[in-house]
Amino acid sequence: MSIKAEHLNYIYSPGTAYEKQALKDVSFEILQGQFVGIIGHTGSGKSTLIQHLNGLTLATSGSLFYEGKNIYDEGCDMKALRSQVGLVFQYPEHQLFEVDVLTDVCFGPKNQGLTPDECEKRAKEALELVGFPEKYYKQSPFDLSGGQKRRVAIAGVLAMQPKVLVLDEPTAGLDPKGRDEILDQVAYLQKETGMTVILVSHSMEDIAKYVNRIMVMNHGEKLYDGTPKEVFAHYKELESVGLAAPQVTYIMNALADRKIEVKTDAITIEEAADEIMRSFHD
Amino acid sequence: MIRDITIGQYYPAKSILHRLDPRVKIVCTLLFLVSLFLQKSILGYAIAAVFLSAVIHLSKVPFKYIVKGLKPIIMLLMITVLFNLFLTRGGEVLFHKWIFTVTELGLSTAVFMAIRLTFLIIGSSLMTFTTTPNALTDGIEKLLHPLNKVKVPVHEIAMMMSIALRFIPILLEETDKIMKAQIARGADLESGNIIQKAKAMIPILVPLFVSAFRRANDLAMAMESRCYRGGDGRTKMKPLVYRSRDRIAYLVTIIYVILIFVVGRFVPFHIWIF
Repeated sequence: MSIKAEHLNYIYSPGTAYEKQALKDVSFEILQGQFVGIIGHTGSGKSTLIQHLNGLTLATSGSLFYEGKNIYDEGCDMKALRSQVGLVFQYPEHQLFEVDVLTDVCFGPKNQGLTPDECEKRAKEALELVGFPEKYYKQSPFDLSGGQKRRVAIAGVLAMQPKVLVLDEPTAGLDPKGRDEILDQVAYLQKETGMTVILVSHSMEDIAKYVNRIMVMNHGEKLYDGTPKEVFAHYKELESVGLAAPQVTYIMNALADRKIEVKTDAITIEEAADEIMRSFHD
Repeated sequence: MIRDITIGQYYPAKSILHRLDPRVKIVCTLLFLVSLFLQKSILGYAIAAVFLSAVIHLSKVPFKYIVKGLKPIIMLLMITVLFNLFLTRGGEVLFHKWIFTVTELGLSTAVFMAIRLTFLIIGSSLMTFTTTPNALTDGIEKLLHPLNKVKVPVHEIAMMMSIALRFIPILLEETDKIMKAQIARGADLESGNIIQKAKAMIPILVPLFVSAFRRANDLAMAMESRCYRGGDGRTKMKPLVYRSRDRIAYLVTIIYVILIFVVGRFVPFHIWIF
């Protein structure tokens, strides 16, 4: 039960002036149940990479295995793959189209060929999971606030009950409260259902707080791949490719530079606070 | 997928054609289009072909890229050719079976029509390949400027055109994104009969319209907040000025048109037939 990529290459518009290699020899394996963060500069190939995971974009060369099967083999059922690997795009609220919230969320399950009753059941479950208030189920999705629209759109993918959930910057443009709520719900889902979650984000704080593995993309290549502590230990190199570590990493390093005995590998505010307290007590 | 539509798009390259004044390119393209209808001989088309290939060579746009832009109009081309082939009567009958009759005149009209349309589209797409939408509308605005005297809102027309052109790639990209998002939700856009296919477009068209309106609204707001009030008293940061290369381009095109005109006048129509 895993996603495994081997030497993926992808070139946009080959043979024209717009030619651009978006992915360069990217290999990795993501196991079922992992919570993976993908970070990278704008244009580093993150979004292109995740579109490969459900076969929306087909690699120029390389292979991609889902549960051991190469999805580039002939006769591979892409539709089945797409209902297993749910992809939530950037600004997913722009894809809403139905007359009311519930019907919109039913779109995915309906395409999976489920009965209307089953669709509605799944839609309600998904909306509940993302914390969408029941009294608005019959509202037009266009009348909702930005944060609520986003929830509906995410529910639209969750209702398909994918085994892998890929989120492309799910918190872009949301206020801190909306951001935390959505990420908390995703983390909760991942724990409860054992779903694999792949989160693309610009916010190092979000990534540090939730994921247990980080892949760093730079100019289409995979630069680092490891636990948040391992990756953020390279905070100087991250800066040189236009990224940064969580702010607490800088504080801890600054403290260590001033000969205060702290370990510098704290990546969340809570960890940092504990570490500083410990060093005081010593 | 949808990004592959190349017709009417700008192709960035460094060539003499890219540097020409947009007015030159607009006028010369029009002259070229007219020239295609001035004559009907194989010699004339040969001259046009030479002229066109020289221009393509100068433009540094890959020929493959230009041909790719022709794909969407192949259907139209086929229909025109077939209609001309079977419905034009005149001259010797070359082929006759049931209701289908091909005459000498029909055959030649069909062939010429195909060449004409292909040249027409290549010629005009060369203009858009080598001219940015902004330069194009600048050129049109300047060319139509005299119409201001008869109360034609030239600036507003040019502005609308440049906005429309600017939005083509944006909306294409948006369509691509929405299509992908709906496919990711299991939408099936390919199979089914024509009614099912039309129905499958709804999840794409509704968000696309919503986004087009949203963008229009944003743009209007952005323009107003920068005090845009139409063309009165507005000056250009880079006014269009003719240079010597523009004059040469005019000259070359005019010589070409005269040549075509002479050929069309004095070389008889039948010279190409066997």
